Amino acid sequence: MFEKKIEENLFQLLVQIADDKLILGHRLSEWCGHAPILEEDIALANIALDNIGQANSLYQIAVKLENKNRSEDELAFFRDEREFRNIQIVELPKGDFAFTIVRQFLYDNFSFLLFQKFCDSNFIELSDVSKKIVKEISYNLRHSKEWILRLGIGTEESKFNTQKAIDKIWEFTNEMFEFGNVENFLIEKNIIPNLDTIKTDWELSVKKIFDNTNLQIPNISYFASGGRNGFHTEYLGYLLAEMQIVARSNPNVKW
Amino acid sequence: MAQNKIDTELYLWEVFVQDKFGEPFTHCGSVHASDSEMALQNARDAYSRRNEAKTIWIVKSSEIISTTPSDEGPFFEPSNDKIYRHPQFYTIPKSVKDKLF
Repeated sequence: MFEKKIEENLFQLLVQIADDKLILGHRLSEWCGHAPILEEDIALANIALDNIGQANSLYQIAVKLENKNRSEDELAFFRDEREFRNIQIVELPKGDFAFTIVRQFLYDNFSFLLFQKFCDSNFIELSDVSKKIVKEISYNLRHSKEWILRLGIGTEESKFNTQKAIDKIWEFTNEMFEFGNVENFLIEKNIIPNLDTIKTDWELSVKKIFDNTNLQIPNISYFASGGRNGFHTEYLGYLLAEMQIVARSNPNVKW
Repeated sequence: MAQNKIDTELYLWEVFVQDKFGEPFTHCGSVHASDSEMALQNARDAYSRRNEAKTIWIVKSSEIISTTPSDEGPFFEPSNDKIYRHPQFYTIPKSVKDKLF
């Protein structure tokens, strides 16, 4: 058991990461029935389920810490836009296939490095669940990495669309390395890793794959921010409306 | 000028799954993919999502050499009229059978 202040910070942290995964999972699920080929349809739906399942596991730990008798469903379906703490990159519309794959690749790389470090966390429940989650992410990363290589090297059209997606998404990447105000406190207690190290590793592994495909990292100086404090793009509200409507129309229903 | 039509159809691959180490591989279906790595991933998603497999083999469908329906006669029938070539032709003497079973 940790002292109260650590528990509160941990709750915030878990909700932030779980929100990332829930929203990304929902975005991926929008591909179901719309992917370019059947095999990819199955793959994307599976990855969507992986993300939603990971969100669920993290919410479960969070509500236990919070100890207010809230369920993980209440966190997912009965909070409003401003209460969501996900980073903005995951809420952007799914776009075309290149856009989805670029976002997956950038996020999977980050998520993989983060959960690898979480396996060594001093918070035993987080390290336990991370050992399971990191296996799923390593598969998800393999999927998006292989696609980046193929889209980047593929045809003129695939290369053009992939570079276009990178140029559009890049300003949203910096937010991955922010954990709002919980950050320093939990790093000191060896509960979460130092995000600066993760950022360096992330840049290296992304650059390595881009170099192999001649895809360029855009040279920009403005980066979006705010998701961790509940400030979102216009897209999140619409997503939540669709995701939450059934649960909110029939509160407390059991099936 | 007529544009060259790009062939966008991906290769077809046959998928074989091994349930336990040491057991034979069973053919379970096919997937489309651009290359072997993607074929393995697609096979994993389509046929081994719930831990069914220990090992997956994939092989390009075009690499499989098969008999054709017209081979049916020449390939598989020849021994039917020589029933002594089938083991069932021989009856086991009762004394031997009793000892064996």
